[in-house]
Amino acid sequence: MQTPYLKTALVACGCLLALSLHAQQMPGQTSSAMQARQMAASAPRDPALKPYFAEFGGKPGLKAIVNDFMINLMADPRTHPFFARVDRERIKRELVDQFCVILDGPCTYTGASMAEAHRGLGITRADFNALVEDLQKAMTKHDVPFHAQNRLLAKLAPMHKVIIEK
Amino acid sequence: MHTFRTNRTALCAALLLAGFFSAGSTLAADTPATNTGGKLLLTGGVSEIGGAAGGGLTPWAVIGGYGTNDQIGANAFYTRVQLPDYHMDVAGALIGFYNRVEFSVAQQRFNTEKVGGLLGLGNGFTFRQNVYGIKVRLFGDAVLDQDSWIPQVSVGIQHKQNNQEAIVKFVGAKSATGNDYYISATKLYLAQSLLANVTVRFTKANQIGILGFGGDKHNAYQAEFEGSLAYLLSRKIAIGAEYRQKPNNLGIAREDNWYDAFIAWAPTKHVSFTLAYANLGNIVIKNHQRGVYASVQVGF
Repeated sequence: MQTPYLKTALVACGCLLALSLHAQQMPGQTSSAMQARQMAASAPRDPALKPYFAEFGGKPGLKAIVNDFMINLMADPRTHPFFARVDRERIKRELVDQFCVILDGPCTYTGASMAEAHRGLGITRADFNALVEDLQKAMTKHDVPFHAQNRLLAKLAPMHKVIIEK
Repeated sequence: MHTFRTNRTALCAALLLAGFFSAGSTLAADTPATNTGGKLLLTGGVSEIGGAAGGGLTPWAVIGGYGTNDQIGANAFYTRVQLPDYHMDVAGALIGFYNRVEFSVAQQRFNTEKVGGLLGLGNGFTFRQNVYGIKVRLFGDAVLDQDSWIPQVSVGIQHKQNNQEAIVKFVGAKSATGNDYYISATKLYLAQSLLANVTVRFTKANQIGILGFGGDKHNAYQAEFEGSLAYLLSRKIAIGAEYRQKPNNLGIAREDNWYDAFIAWAPTKHVSFTLAYANLGNIVIKNHQRGVYASVQVGF
Protein backbone atom coordinates (compact mmCIF):
# COMPACT_ATOMS: atom_id res chain seq x y z
CA MET A 1 0.00 0.00 0.00
CA GLN A 2 2.85 2.31 0.85
CA THR A 3 4.85 1.73 -2.33
CA PRO A 4 2.38 3.09 -4.94
CA TYR A 5 1.64 5.94 -2.58
CA LEU A 6 5.32 6.78 -2.29
CA LYS A 7 5.64 6.66 -6.07
CA THR A 8 2.68 8.99 -6.56
CA ALA A 9 4.06 11.44 -4.06
CA LEU A 10 7.50 11.33 -5.65
CA VAL A 11 6.08 11.83 -9.12
CA ALA A 12 3.89 14.72 -7.91
CA CYS A 13 6.90 16.23 -6.20
CA GLY A 14 9.05 15.86 -9.30
CA CYS A 15 6.37 17.37 -11.53
CA LEU A 16 6.01 20.39 -9.25
CA LEU A 17 9.76 20.90 -9.22
CA ALA A 18 10.09 20.47 -12.99
CA LEU A 19 7.21 22.85 -13.70
CA SER A 20 8.55 25.45 -11.32
CA LEU A 21 12.04 25.24 -12.76
CA HIS A 22 10.67 25.41 -16.28
CA ALA A 23 8.57 28.45 -15.43
CA GLN A 24 11.66 30.07 -13.98
CA GLN A 25 13.90 29.40 -16.90
CA MET A 26 15.01 31.20 -19.98
CA PRO A 27 12.05 31.91 -22.28
CA GLY A 28 9.72 32.18 -19.28
CA GLN A 29 12.21 34.36 -17.46
CA THR A 30 12.57 37.00 -20.16
CA SER A 31 8.90 37.16 -21.08
CA SER A 32 7.71 37.36 -17.48
CA ALA A 33 10.32 40.02 -16.72
CA MET A 34 9.12 41.97 -19.76
CA GLN A 35 5.50 41.57 -18.74
CA ALA A 36 6.36 42.78 -15.27
CA ARG A 37 8.15 45.76 -16.77
CA GLN A 38 5.20 46.67 -18.97
CA MET A 39 2.71 46.15 -16.18
CA ALA A 40 4.77 48.16 -13.75
CA ALA A 41 5.26 50.90 -16.34
CA SER A 42 1.57 51.41 -16.92
CA ALA A 43 0.20 50.79 -13.41
CA PRO A 44 -2.26 47.98 -14.10
CA ARG A 45 -5.90 49.00 -13.88
CA ASP A 46 -7.93 46.21 -12.33
CA PRO A 47 -11.73 46.50 -12.69
CA ALA A 48 -12.07 43.77 -10.05
CA LEU A 49 -10.70 46.23 -7.49
CA LYS A 50 -13.38 48.85 -8.19
CA PRO A 51 -15.34 47.95 -5.03
CA TYR A 52 -12.26 48.68 -2.92
CA PHE A 53 -11.83 52.22 -4.28
CA ALA A 54 -14.53 53.41 -1.88
CA GLU A 55 -12.86 51.64 1.04
CA PHE A 56 -9.85 53.85 0.43
CA GLY A 57 -12.12 56.90 0.60
CA GLY A 58 -12.00 57.58 -3.14
CA LYS A 59 -9.48 60.06 -4.47
CA PRO A 60 -9.64 62.39 -1.41
CA GLY A 61 -8.98 59.33 0.78
CA LEU A 62 -5.99 58.32 -1.34
CA LYS A 63 -4.59 61.87 -1.09
CA ALA A 64 -4.82 61.79 2.70
CA ILE A 65 -3.26 58.30 2.83
CA VAL A 66 -0.39 59.25 0.51
CA ASN A 67 0.22 62.41 2.52
CA ASP A 68 0.75 60.34 5.67
CA PHE A 69 2.64 57.72 3.68
CA MET A 70 5.20 60.37 2.69
CA ILE A 71 5.41 61.65 6.27
CA ASN A 72 6.14 58.06 7.37
CA LEU A 73 8.75 57.58 4.63
CA MET A 74 10.55 60.75 5.68
CA ALA A 75 10.43 59.81 9.38
CA ASP A 76 11.68 56.27 8.69
CA PRO A 77 15.52 56.14 8.76
CA ARG A 78 15.40 53.22 6.32
CA THR A 79 13.52 55.13 3.61
CA HIS A 80 14.43 58.74 4.43
CA PRO A 81 17.56 58.79 2.21
CA PHE A 82 15.48 57.96 -0.89
CA PHE A 83 13.04 60.83 -0.40
CA ALA A 84 15.13 63.58 1.19
CA ARG A 85 16.27 65.23 -2.03
CA VAL A 86 13.40 64.70 -4.41
CA ASP A 87 10.24 66.57 -5.44
CA ARG A 88 8.01 64.95 -2.85
CA GLU A 89 4.87 66.79 -3.94
CA ARG A 90 5.24 65.37 -7.46
CA ILE A 91 5.85 61.86 -6.09
CA LYS A 92 2.76 62.15 -3.91
CA ARG A 93 0.61 63.19 -6.90
CA GLU A 94 1.96 60.29 -8.92
CA LEU A 95 1.38 57.80 -6.09
CA VAL A 96 -2.22 58.98 -5.72
CA ASP A 97 -2.76 58.59 -9.47
CA GLN A 98 -1.11 55.19 -9.51
CA PHE A 99 -3.12 53.79 -6.59
CA CYS A 100 -6.27 55.39 -8.07
CA VAL A 101 -5.66 53.68 -11.43
CA ILE A 102 -4.99 50.28 -9.83
CA LEU A 103 -8.27 50.57 -7.90
CA ASP A 104 -10.06 51.43 -11.17
CA GLY A 105 -10.75 54.99 -10.08
CA PRO A 106 -11.27 57.94 -12.50
CA CYS A 107 -7.58 58.78 -12.89
CA THR A 108 -4.72 58.39 -15.35
CA TYR A 109 -1.10 57.82 -14.46
CA THR A 110 1.26 60.08 -16.42
CA GLY A 111 4.44 59.65 -14.37
CA ALA A 112 7.55 57.71 -15.24
CA SER A 113 7.60 53.92 -15.43
CA MET A 114 8.50 52.20 -12.19
CA ALA A 115 11.77 51.00 -13.71
CA GLU A 116 12.75 54.52 -14.83
CA ALA A 117 11.68 56.10 -11.56
CA HIS A 118 13.85 53.77 -9.46
CA ARG A 119 16.85 53.16 -11.72
CA GLY A 120 20.23 53.50 -10.04
CA LEU A 121 18.84 54.04 -6.55
CA GLY A 122 20.24 50.74 -5.30
CA ILE A 123 17.02 49.81 -3.54
CA THR A 124 17.22 46.59 -1.52
CA ARG A 125 14.49 44.15 -0.60
CA ALA A 126 14.62 45.44 2.96
CA ASP A 127 14.12 49.03 1.70
CA PHE A 128 11.17 47.87 -0.40
CA ASN A 129 9.60 46.09 2.58
CA ALA A 130 10.19 49.16 4.77
CA LEU A 131 8.19 51.18 2.26
CA VAL A 132 5.41 48.58 2.38
CA GLU A 133 5.32 48.91 6.19
CA ASP A 134 5.10 52.70 5.96
CA LEU A 135 2.22 52.38 3.49
CA GLN A 136 0.45 49.85 5.73
CA LYS A 137 0.78 52.27 8.63
CA ALA A 138 -0.74 55.11 6.60
CA MET A 139 -3.61 52.96 5.32
CA THR A 140 -4.35 51.70 8.83
CA LYS A 141 -4.35 55.27 10.16
CA HIS A 142 -7.02 56.11 7.59
CA ASP A 143 -9.11 53.07 8.53
CA VAL A 144 -8.67 51.17 5.28
CA PRO A 145 -9.78 47.61 6.13
CA PHE A 146 -6.83 45.19 6.32
CA HIS A 147 -8.17 42.97 3.54
CA ALA A 148 -8.68 45.96 1.23
CA GLN A 149 -5.09 47.02 1.98
CA ASN A 150 -3.91 43.58 0.88
CA ARG A 151 -5.78 43.90 -2.44
CA LEU A 152 -3.76 46.99 -3.28
CA LEU A 153 -0.49 45.59 -1.90
CA ALA A 154 -0.92 42.44 -4.01
CA LYS A 155 -0.86 44.68 -7.10
CA LEU A 156 2.12 46.70 -5.90
CA ALA A 157 4.25 43.78 -4.67
CA PRO A 158 5.22 42.43 -8.14
CA MET A 159 6.79 45.82 -8.90
CA HIS A 160 9.69 44.64 -6.73
CA LYS A 161 11.08 43.05 -9.91
CA VAL A 162 11.80 46.42 -11.49
CA ILE A 163 12.40 48.41 -8.28
CA ILE A 164 14.78 46.24 -6.26
CA GLU A 165 18.33 46.27 -7.59
CA LYS A 166 20.28 44.42 -4.91
CA MET B 1 25.02 10.37 27.85
CA HIS B 2 28.13 12.44 27.43
CA THR B 3 27.11 13.50 23.90
CA PHE B 4 23.81 14.61 25.28
CA ARG B 5 25.44 16.90 27.77
CA THR B 6 27.50 18.39 24.93
CA ASN B 7 24.37 18.82 22.85
CA ARG B 8 22.56 20.54 25.67
CA THR B 9 25.46 22.89 26.12
CA ALA B 10 25.37 23.64 22.40
CA LEU B 11 21.65 24.27 22.61
CA CYS B 12 22.02 26.61 25.57
CA ALA B 13 24.78 28.45 23.72
CA ALA B 14 22.56 28.79 20.66
CA LEU B 15 19.69 30.13 22.78
CA LEU B 16 21.99 32.62 24.47
CA LEU B 17 23.42 33.68 21.14
CA ALA B 18 19.95 34.23 19.70
CA GLY B 19 18.94 36.16 22.78
CA PHE B 20 22.08 38.28 22.52
CA PHE B 21 21.50 39.01 18.85
CA SER B 22 17.88 39.78 19.58
CA ALA B 23 18.75 42.18 22.39
CA GLY B 24 21.47 43.75 20.26
CA SER B 25 19.15 44.44 17.40
CA THR B 26 16.52 45.89 19.75
CA LEU B 27 19.07 48.26 21.24
CA ALA B 28 20.31 49.19 17.80
CA ALA B 29 16.79 49.76 16.45
CA ASP B 30 17.12 53.52 16.82
CA THR B 31 20.20 53.78 14.68
CA PRO B 32 19.70 53.58 10.93
CA ALA B 33 23.04 51.79 10.54
CA THR B 34 21.51 48.49 11.70
CA ASN B 35 20.81 46.18 8.82
CA THR B 36 18.44 43.55 10.16
CA GLY B 37 14.77 42.76 10.18
CA GLY B 38 13.98 43.54 6.55
CA LYS B 39 11.20 40.98 6.14
CA LEU B 40 7.55 41.87 6.68
CA LEU B 41 5.91 40.93 9.97
CA LEU B 42 5.13 37.21 10.41
CA THR B 43 6.65 36.32 7.02
CA GLY B 44 9.47 34.43 8.72
CA GLY B 45 6.95 31.97 10.13
CA VAL B 46 6.92 30.61 13.66
CA SER B 47 8.92 27.64 15.02
CA GLU B 48 8.04 24.11 14.05
CA ILE B 49 8.42 21.47 16.80
CA GLY B 50 11.61 20.28 15.08
CA GLY B 51 13.08 23.77 15.18
CA ALA B 52 12.64 24.81 11.54
CA ALA B 53 10.79 27.96 10.57
CA GLY B 54 7.24 27.12 9.61
CA GLY B 55 3.94 26.43 11.20
CA GLY B 56 3.80 24.59 14.50
CA LEU B 57 3.75 21.04 13.15
CA THR B 58 5.37 21.40 9.77
CA PRO B 59 8.27 23.32 8.21
CA TRP B 60 7.59 25.98 5.59
CA ALA B 61 9.74 27.07 2.67
CA VAL B 62 10.44 30.37 4.43
CA ILE B 63 13.90 30.98 5.87
CA GLY B 64 13.58 31.70 9.60
CA GLY B 65 14.22 35.09 11.11
CA TYR B 66 13.56 38.49 9.58
CA GLY B 67 16.69 38.74 7.42
CA THR B 68 16.38 39.56 3.72
CA ASN B 69 18.86 38.64 0.97
CA ASP B 70 21.67 40.76 2.43
CA GLN B 71 20.79 40.25 6.10
CA ILE B 72 21.02 37.66 8.87
CA GLY B 73 18.08 36.74 11.06
CA ALA B 74 17.81 34.50 14.09
CA ASN B 75 15.40 33.43 16.76
CA ALA B 76 14.93 31.16 19.75
CA PHE B 77 11.75 29.48 20.86
CA TYR B 78 10.11 27.49 23.61
CA THR B 79 7.11 25.29 22.98
CA ARG B 80 4.94 23.27 25.34
CA VAL B 81 2.47 20.66 24.16
CA GLN B 82 0.12 19.63 26.97
CA LEU B 83 -1.84 16.44 26.32
CA PRO B 84 -4.18 14.43 28.59
CA ASP B 85 -1.55 11.77 29.32
CA TYR B 86 1.75 13.29 28.21
CA HIS B 87 3.51 16.58 27.73
CA MET B 88 6.35 17.70 25.55
CA ASP B 89 8.68 20.67 25.91
CA VAL B 90 10.75 21.86 22.99
CA ALA B 91 13.44 24.52 23.06
CA GLY B 92 15.47 25.57 20.09
CA ALA B 93 17.04 28.25 18.01
CA LEU B 94 17.76 29.00 14.40
CA ILE B 95 19.81 31.35 12.32
CA GLY B 96 18.94 32.35 8.78
CA PHE B 97 21.57 33.57 6.37
CA TYR B 98 20.67 35.91 3.51
CA ASN B 99 17.17 34.48 3.11
CA ARG B 100 18.89 31.44 1.61
CA VAL B 101 20.05 28.99 4.28
CA GLU B 102 18.64 28.20 7.70
CA PHE B 103 20.43 26.27 10.45
CA SER B 104 18.35 25.11 13.38
CA VAL B 105 18.74 23.12 16.55
CA ALA B 106 16.03 21.93 18.93
CA GLN B 107 15.64 19.62 21.86
CA GLN B 108 12.36 17.80 22.40
CA ARG B 109 11.62 16.43 25.86
CA PHE B 110 8.70 14.05 25.77
CA ASN B 111 7.45 13.31 29.27
CA THR B 112 5.47 10.08 29.66
CA GLU B 113 3.98 11.17 33.02
CA LYS B 114 2.00 8.25 34.58
CA VAL B 115 2.13 6.21 31.37
CA GLY B 116 5.84 5.77 32.05
CA GLY B 117 4.94 4.09 35.32
CA LEU B 118 2.37 1.84 33.64
CA LEU B 119 4.98 0.75 31.10
CA GLY B 120 7.51 0.03 33.82
CA LEU B 121 9.74 2.96 32.91
CA GLY B 122 8.84 5.03 35.94
CA ASN B 123 6.49 7.98 36.28
CA GLY B 124 7.69 11.01 34.39
CA PHE B 125 10.08 9.00 32.25
CA THR B 126 11.30 11.35 29.55
CA PHE B 127 12.54 10.77 26.02
CA ARG B 128 14.91 13.43 24.79
CA GLN B 129 15.55 14.04 21.16
CA ASN B 130 17.90 16.55 19.59
CA VAL B 131 17.09 17.78 16.11
CA TYR B 132 19.66 19.48 13.89
CA GLY B 133 18.20 21.08 10.81
CA ILE B 134 19.37 22.73 7.64
CA LYS B 135 17.06 24.22 5.05
CA VAL B 136 17.94 25.82 1.73
CA ARG B 137 15.64 28.05 -0.31
CA LEU B 138 15.80 26.89 -3.92
CA PHE B 139 13.72 29.58 -5.62
CA GLY B 140 10.67 31.78 -5.39
CA ASP B 141 9.47 34.56 -3.15
CA ALA B 142 6.39 33.51 -1.19
CA VAL B 143 5.47 37.10 -0.37
CA LEU B 144 6.33 39.51 -3.19
CA ASP B 145 5.75 37.43 -6.34
CA GLN B 146 2.03 38.16 -6.33
CA ASP B 147 1.74 38.07 -10.13
CA SER B 148 3.01 34.51 -10.38
CA TRP B 149 1.73 31.12 -9.29
CA ILE B 150 5.26 29.94 -8.51
CA PRO B 151 5.63 29.30 -4.78
CA GLN B 152 8.74 29.66 -2.69
CA VAL B 153 10.36 26.25 -2.60
CA SER B 154 12.93 24.98 -0.11
CA VAL B 155 14.47 21.63 0.75
CA GLY B 156 15.64 20.58 4.19
CA ILE B 157 17.13 17.86 6.32
CA GLN B 158 16.45 17.19 9.99
CA HIS B 159 18.96 14.95 11.72
CA LYS B 160 17.43 13.50 14.89
CA GLN B 161 19.11 11.78 17.83
CA ASN B 162 16.99 10.08 20.45
CA ASN B 163 18.70 9.38 23.79
CA GLN B 164 16.72 6.19 24.59
CA GLU B 165 18.23 3.73 22.16
CA ALA B 166 17.53 0.62 24.27
CA ILE B 167 13.87 1.51 24.78
CA VAL B 168 13.07 2.52 21.21
CA LYS B 169 14.70 -0.70 19.97
CA PHE B 170 12.77 -2.69 22.56
CA VAL B 171 9.47 -1.38 21.16
CA GLY B 172 10.51 -2.39 17.65
CA ALA B 173 12.33 0.60 16.18
CA LYS B 174 15.43 -0.14 14.14
CA SER B 175 17.43 2.90 15.18
CA ALA B 176 17.57 5.75 17.68
CA THR B 177 18.82 8.20 15.08
CA GLY B 178 17.40 9.18 11.75
CA ASN B 179 17.20 11.80 9.06
CA ASP B 180 14.05 13.37 7.67
CA TYR B 181 14.30 14.91 4.20
CA TYR B 182 11.65 17.37 3.10
CA ILE B 183 10.62 19.69 0.32
CA SER B 184 8.29 22.59 1.13
CA ALA B 185 6.37 24.98 -1.10
CA THR B 186 4.92 28.11 0.46
CA LYS B 187 2.79 30.79 -1.18
CA LEU B 188 1.11 33.88 0.19
CA TYR B 189 -2.09 34.77 -1.67
CA LEU B 190 -1.98 38.37 -0.53
CA ALA B 191 -5.15 39.56 -2.27
CA GLN B 192 -7.03 36.82 -0.38
CA SER B 193 -4.94 37.25 2.81
CA LEU B 194 -4.21 33.51 2.71
CA LEU B 195 -0.98 31.60 3.12
CA ALA B 196 -0.65 28.00 2.01
CA ASN B 197 2.16 25.54 2.57
CA VAL B 198 2.66 22.03 1.32
CA THR B 199 5.49 19.84 2.59
CA VAL B 200 6.45 16.33 1.56
CA ARG B 201 8.64 14.65 4.12
CA PHE B 202 10.60 11.47 3.53
CA THR B 203 10.91 9.85 6.93
CA LYS B 204 11.22 6.67 8.96
CA ALA B 205 10.43 8.42 12.24
CA ASN B 206 8.02 6.90 14.74
CA GLN B 207 6.09 9.66 16.54
CA ILE B 208 8.49 12.19 14.99
CA GLY B 209 11.42 10.14 16.33
CA ILE B 210 10.39 10.02 20.00
CA LEU B 211 9.94 6.26 19.45
CA GLY B 212 12.95 5.93 17.16
CA PHE B 213 13.20 5.28 13.45
CA GLY B 214 12.00 2.40 11.31
CA GLY B 215 10.16 -0.54 12.78
CA ASP B 216 9.07 -4.13 12.71
CA LYS B 217 6.19 -3.35 10.30
CA HIS B 218 8.05 -1.04 7.90
CA ASN B 219 11.64 0.01 7.73
CA ALA B 220 11.79 2.07 4.55
CA TYR B 221 11.53 5.79 3.92
CA GLN B 222 7.98 6.89 3.26
CA ALA B 223 6.69 10.11 1.77
CA GLU B 224 4.35 11.88 4.17
CA PHE B 225 2.20 14.87 3.30
CA GLU B 226 2.04 17.92 5.53
CA GLY B 227 0.02 21.05 4.96
CA SER B 228 -0.74 24.41 6.54
CA LEU B 229 -3.33 27.01 5.69
CA ALA B 230 -3.28 30.39 7.40
CA TYR B 231 -5.61 33.36 7.13
CA LEU B 232 -4.27 36.79 8.01
CA LEU B 233 -6.66 38.67 10.29
CA SER B 234 -4.35 41.64 10.54
CA ARG B 235 -0.70 42.47 10.03
CA LYS B 236 0.02 40.93 13.43
CA ILE B 237 -2.43 38.04 13.73
CA ALA B 238 -2.92 34.88 11.70
CA ILE B 239 -5.24 31.94 12.30
CA GLY B 240 -5.08 28.61 10.57
CA ALA B 241 -4.93 24.86 10.57
CA GLU B 242 -2.30 22.23 9.94
CA TYR B 243 -2.09 18.58 9.07
CA ARG B 244 0.83 16.20 9.38
CA GLN B 245 0.71 12.69 8.03
CA LYS B 246 2.88 10.14 9.84
CA PRO B 247 4.17 6.65 9.12
CA ASN B 248 2.99 3.54 10.95
CA ASN B 249 6.11 1.47 11.42
CA LEU B 250 5.65 -0.13 14.83
CA GLY B 251 3.60 -3.23 15.60
CA ILE B 252 3.07 -2.30 19.25
CA ALA B 253 0.90 0.76 18.68
CA ARG B 254 -1.03 2.55 15.98
CA GLU B 255 0.25 5.99 15.04
CA ASP B 256 -2.20 8.69 13.96
CA ASN B 257 -1.85 11.71 11.73
CA TRP B 258 -1.71 15.03 13.51
CA TYR B 259 -3.91 18.11 13.19
CA ASP B 260 -4.01 21.49 14.79
CA ALA B 261 -5.85 24.79 14.66
CA PHE B 262 -3.76 27.78 15.65
CA ILE B 263 -3.62 31.49 16.27
CA ALA B 264 -0.29 33.30 15.98
CA TRP B 265 0.32 36.83 17.20
CA ALA B 266 3.42 38.88 16.49
CA PRO B 267 3.18 42.21 18.32
CA THR B 268 6.65 43.11 16.99
CA LYS B 269 9.37 41.51 14.88
CA HIS B 270 11.12 40.52 18.10
CA VAL B 271 8.48 38.30 19.63
CA SER B 272 5.62 36.05 18.61
CA PHE B 273 3.16 33.83 20.45
CA THR B 274 1.38 30.82 19.02
CA LEU B 275 -1.49 29.01 20.65
CA ALA B 276 -3.04 25.90 19.14
CA TYR B 277 -5.45 23.12 19.77
CA ALA B 278 -3.65 19.99 18.67
CA ASN B 279 -5.07 16.54 18.00
CA LEU B 280 -2.23 14.04 18.15
CA GLY B 281 -4.42 10.93 18.21
CA ASN B 282 -3.05 7.72 19.64
CA ILE B 283 0.32 7.77 21.36
CA VAL B 284 1.37 4.27 22.52
CA ILE B 285 -1.29 3.04 24.96
CA LYS B 286 -3.32 6.24 25.10
CA ASN B 287 -5.92 7.33 22.56
CA HIS B 288 -7.34 10.79 21.91
CA GLN B 289 -4.30 12.85 22.80
CA ARG B 290 -5.84 16.26 22.19
CA GLY B 291 -4.50 19.26 23.94
CA VAL B 292 -2.93 22.66 23.93
CA TYR B 293 0.15 23.76 22.05
CA ALA B 294 1.73 27.01 23.23
CA SER B 295 4.87 28.57 21.84
CA VAL B 296 6.86 31.74 22.27
CA GLN B 297 9.56 32.92 19.91
CA VAL B 298 12.02 35.77 20.30
CA GLY B 299 14.43 36.99 17.67
CA PHE B 300 15.00 39.39 14.82
